[in-house]
Amino acid sequence: MNPAVLIASVYVFALAAFLGYQVISRVPPLLHTPLMSATNAISGISLIGSLVLAGAGTSHVAHVLGFIAVTTATINVVGGFGITDRMLKMFGKRKDEGKKTAAAPSTGASK
Amino acid sequence: MSLTSYFMEATYLIASILFVLALKGMSHPETARRGMFMAEGGMFMAIVGTLIGAHIITWGWILVGLTIGSIIGIWMALFVPMTSMPQRTALSHAFGALAAALVGVGEFIIHGAEMGVVTRGALGFEVMLGALTTTGSLIAAGKLHGTIPGKPIQFRGQNAINLVIFLVMTGSFVYFWMHPSVIAAFYTMLGVAFVFGVMLVIPIGSADMPVVMSLLNSYAGLAAAATGFVLGNNVLIIAGTLDGFSGLILSILMCKAMNRSITNVLFGGFGSVIAEASADAGGEMREISLDDAAMQLAFANRVIFVPGYGLATAQAQHAVRELGELLEARGVTVKYAIHPVAGRMPGHMNVLLAEANVPYSQLYEMEQINPEFPSTDVAVVIGANDVVNPDARDNPNSLIAGMPILEVDRAKSVIVLKRGQGRGFSGLENPLFFKQNTNMLYGDAKSTLSHLAQAVQHV
Repeated sequence: MNPAVLIASVYVFALAAFLGYQVISRVPPLLHTPLMSATNAISGISLIGSLVLAGAGTSHVAHVLGFIAVTTATINVVGGFGITDRMLKMFGKRKDEGKKTAAAPSTGASK
Repeated sequence: MSLTSYFMEATYLIASILFVLALKGMSHPETARRGMFMAEGGMFMAIVGTLIGAHIITWGWILVGLTIGSIIGIWMALFVPMTSMPQRTALSHAFGALAAALVGVGEFIIHGAEMGVVTRGALGFEVMLGALTTTGSLIAAGKLHGTIPGKPIQFRGQNAINLVIFLVMTGSFVYFWMHPSVIAAFYTMLGVAFVFGVMLVIPIGSADMPVVMSLLNSYAGLAAAATGFVLGNNVLIIAGTLDGFSGLILSILMCKAMNRSITNVLFGGFGSVIAEASADAGGEMREISLDDAAMQLAFANRVIFVPGYGLATAQAQHAVRELGELLEARGVTVKYAIHPVAGRMPGHMNVLLAEANVPYSQLYEMEQINPEFPSTDVAVVIGANDVVNPDARDNPNSLIAGMPILEVDRAKSVIVLKRGQGRGFSGLENPLFFKQNTNMLYGDAKSTLSHLAQAVQHV
């Protein structure tokens, strides 16, 4: 890796860490389980590394490793986002309050 | 750079921004879902961008992998019950970490020879963290699911053996770093890291799982961030770092909520020691009949429910909500008090109660609700033990001394729903159960709660 790229990467890492700390410390304990599930799905972004390995690699071993990585990372992304959404749908307000804001996003809030 | 490469980089930038916005949305339940849609959009764009811009030659493996992964993912998303959320999340950490580790191994095979010092360091870090998180998370998932006993598995000299394994792992990492031509060092590191993950988690008891889950979450994220350094890919660094820091913040919060350090959780083997320190609390536990308990609840002004892991095992979340609603219909003020480490992962109780349609405005955090116990008529403890143990506050010799608790004992009266008379997970005696104003109600929490609800209707 050339030094300029490395330094830029370290900047990105440091700023992302700072931003992450700021944003995540505002998440209430109420949503800690969905938070963990969401950040886990987001870190499934290693899928893009897996895609490159499985598709652009030249050796056969790389293809197989890439294939396994694509599969597990996809499970992580699809399963993770799906289940986070299912959880968040459940966090509803009181039923009477829920009706007032019966607009699209709160459909699951009051069953 | 070709046009498609620019397009790919642009999708990565947008994805990074959307990920941050998504986590910002998480600060409130009303914006959280919209935030997740953004993150999903960002992820989709990054995937499409990669497929277009990354010079993909062979499509077969990719398409098969994406298909199998999506089918399993959708199945998980739709059918995993909320009570299994902790083991599902642990399993997910394992999958994410395994992907990162395998990408690292692949990079090593293809580009290992031409890597610079820094890239090689990042690669070693990625593979090591990825491998140990994979097996560690699998063990955690097994413990949470009950496939592996939840009690700490310990043996003589365990910490010494772990130290040796750790030294071999880091030693081979350093050796690989200095001498990239020695392929054996790389694979030794990989293999030993898999073993270390197992050894790290088996001595930890189920009650400490919230901390372990958060730590593994953090490791999985950092492994992804290291992948970003290896591939020179910023969106991987950003997303991985966000995950890593989220896990770190959660681990610190969980440790604070137990007044213990991370080292103590990892190497203390808590829960195996039979508590010599806790003297016999003396007195006897008083049982109460269902009808008397129902009477107390029905004529109370304020009732606080305190759920613990027992609520999850008994799947009693719907039953408690029904009872709560009946009481509210009678004019009783009903609240739920949630301890940060109640259950097996951060926020576990909130999710279960939300599943049962308890509005989140009724769920209170420890600091908010503690001042309210003295003015509460009945506090109902459902399958919680250590988080309401007054010894933590009053007895400096207690094993859990200093752990912040829900001060249930200050309520005017307490009803404890418990499976049997035995001690809780930690093996500690709980003086709360012997107090004058405490009454015990033994049995399965779910059926007890539904019987209580019936009895309340007949009052």
